[in-house]
Amino acid sequence: MQWSSWSAFFDMGGYAFYVWFSFGLTALCIVWEILALRKRSAVALNLAKLLAQDK
Amino acid sequence: MNINWFKYSSPQTFYPLAGRMIPWFAWAASIFAVIGLYISFFIAPTDFQQGEAYRIIFVHVPAAWMSMFIYMVMAGWAALGLSLNARLPAMMAQALAPTGAIFTLLALVTGSFWGKPMWGAWWVWDARLTSELILLFLYLGFIALQSSIDDPRKADKAGALLALVGVVNVPIIYFSVKWWNTLHQGSTISMGAAPKMVTTMLLGMLLMALAFWMYTIAVALMRVRCIMLERERASDWVKERSLSAGGNA
Repeated sequence: MQWSSWSAFFDMGGYAFYVWFSFGLTALCIVWEILALRKRSAVALNLAKLLAQDK
Repeated sequence: MNINWFKYSSPQTFYPLAGRMIPWFAWAASIFAVIGLYISFFIAPTDFQQGEAYRIIFVHVPAAWMSMFIYMVMAGWAALGLSLNARLPAMMAQALAPTGAIFTLLALVTGSFWGKPMWGAWWVWDARLTSELILLFLYLGFIALQSSIDDPRKADKAGALLALVGVVNVPIIYFSVKWWNTLHQGSTISMGAAPKMVTTMLLGMLLMALAFWMYTIAVALMRVRCIMLERERASDWVKERSLSAGGNA
């Protein structure tokens, strides 16, 4: 274990802003991409359904 | 093994297959990420030169690797689509581009957030950084070009040509730290030489790269399913699918 306490962990040796921003942005991009794809899939299926029911 | 690959090369058979594969890759990505993050933050020691700031490496390097790797895979699918004049490979190329662009952006931004505390600058026009920025423009150009052409088959061809021409940039990014005097540090891992880092650091980086890799496959499969539905919405298989999908699927 590298850390004496949780606050030392969150402080990242004084580089908290840089380290947590990098990891946070990565997490945000991943969550956003998954949510966007789920929505896109639902929209595409609904549209296909409307087209199918039309005939 | 005698698998009939052509059976899976049509969208209507690949669609359900991709759907069954997604959870497996998603789970693999999650497991690698949990172990990778644990090693990155709790096992890997503090760097003697850079202190804790170096921990950005655990997202920066895997993201940069993926940005180049995805481009090569995308160009490979594009070339296959172009030479076989087939739909599915072109759709795979199209499905990979946004994820590749995201990893390129992440490599650039996390690099910037590493450069600021270490070099004192958010950005320098260094060969490595500039060629990675060009990679982002190639991805964005590919996406924009494909979406600007109404006929999907023509869009596939134009996109494939752009993707193939852009391949020349990938070795430039990779070797830029050798060919030019760059501010960016050299490769941490090079083929044929012993890695210049502690084993636990290396392990954390490799696990994070594996997590990103599995994630990329999962989201590319999700996206290729969307593309199939959108592009083939008039076909019978999509109609049947959508009617059997129930409620607000």
